[in-house]
Amino acid sequence: MQTEILPYIVEPRKDTGLYNAKVGIWLFLASEVMLFGALFSSYILLRVGAAEGTWPHHLLNIPLGTINTLVLICSSVTVVMSWASLKLNQWSKYKFYQAITILCALIFLGIKSFEYTDKFTHYEVVLKNGTSMTGHVEGSPLFLNLNKLKAAKTESIGFHPDAHASGHAEGAKGEAGGHGEGMKIATADITKLECFGPWHSTYLAIYFTLTGLHALHVFAGACVIFAIWGPLAGLWKKDPERYTNRVEVSGLFWHFVDLVWIFLFPVLYLL
Amino acid sequence: MSHDAHDIQKSVRRYLIVFGALLVGTILTVAVNAVNFHSIAITVAVALFIATIKAFLVAGYFMHLIDEKKMIYGILASTGFFFIGLMWLTIWAMHDFPTLAK
Repeated sequence: MQTEILPYIVEPRKDTGLYNAKVGIWLFLASEVMLFGALFSSYILLRVGAAEGTWPHHLLNIPLGTINTLVLICSSVTVVMSWASLKLNQWSKYKFYQAITILCALIFLGIKSFEYTDKFTHYEVVLKNGTSMTGHVEGSPLFLNLNKLKAAKTESIGFHPDAHASGHAEGAKGEAGGHGEGMKIATADITKLECFGPWHSTYLAIYFTLTGLHALHVFAGACVIFAIWGPLAGLWKKDPERYTNRVEVSGLFWHFVDLVWIFLFPVLYLL
Repeated sequence: MSHDAHDIQKSVRRYLIVFGALLVGTILTVAVNAVNFHSIAITVAVALFIATIKAFLVAGYFMHLIDEKKMIYGILASTGFFFIGLMWLTIWAMHDFPTLAK
């Protein structure tokens, strides 16, 4: 029995000049533009609709955001260099560049998870006398709230308020002033205890939605690049052109992920 | 797009130049944030202008859009059309306040 081979998986079609996967990835990226576009338009609507002075500023760590931007740019250049290496038949260079890409992806996700953890251990506490403070609870517990305190029959908590009453850039202690002196707060005096999760404010809701979706894309892209780099690398010997096409297509996705971050960084961290 | 060895080697040099430009753009974005423009609109415009240049460099050179096939441009043009429509709907909605019926 003769095996039917799908046409244009390696060589380009004569009319379009493109192989199947390249058309496919561009159509997929078009749908991704609309997905992130919808979320960006939601951000604009929320940002413009926010009452004067209510939109939080400097809640995010700018140095960490900058490092993550530089890391993604580095990964973008290593992706394109790895593709160029394959075109020049330099296998070991390709392996080296993609290894750096995967490392950059891990660094990006590591920094992002550090930022998220910092948000989940940063609290707003409102007392019965109306005083509201932001800061860190002693022991840095995750997702603590008043119900959990009462359920655990905790009589009081140690609290380290931010030096600035309006909040601080978590992790950027040197920049925004760090913490004031620690204090004990009785559970009975607390009316609200909430960490800076997505439920805390509109800004944090859109921040976690946008950056969470982006981080999922980074993770998925890194998995695909790793699979092509490692377990599927045998194709290079059997069909180098097809293998190079796979690297190109995964690279296009990776550049798109970088593109999205180029807009997310100033919009979320700086404005 | 021709991909013979000489062209690729020329492209590699271009990728490194673009890489340098992207690093400078990122530092510039952060530096501009420290400048007080006395207007949120100008601050937003400057930040997005730099981001757009960086995006053009990534899409144009790393994604090879500067020298792509017509079909890809066609896909992107239709995406651009719908993206603008999406943003227009958003801006339109911001001025479309519900009113109580009399």
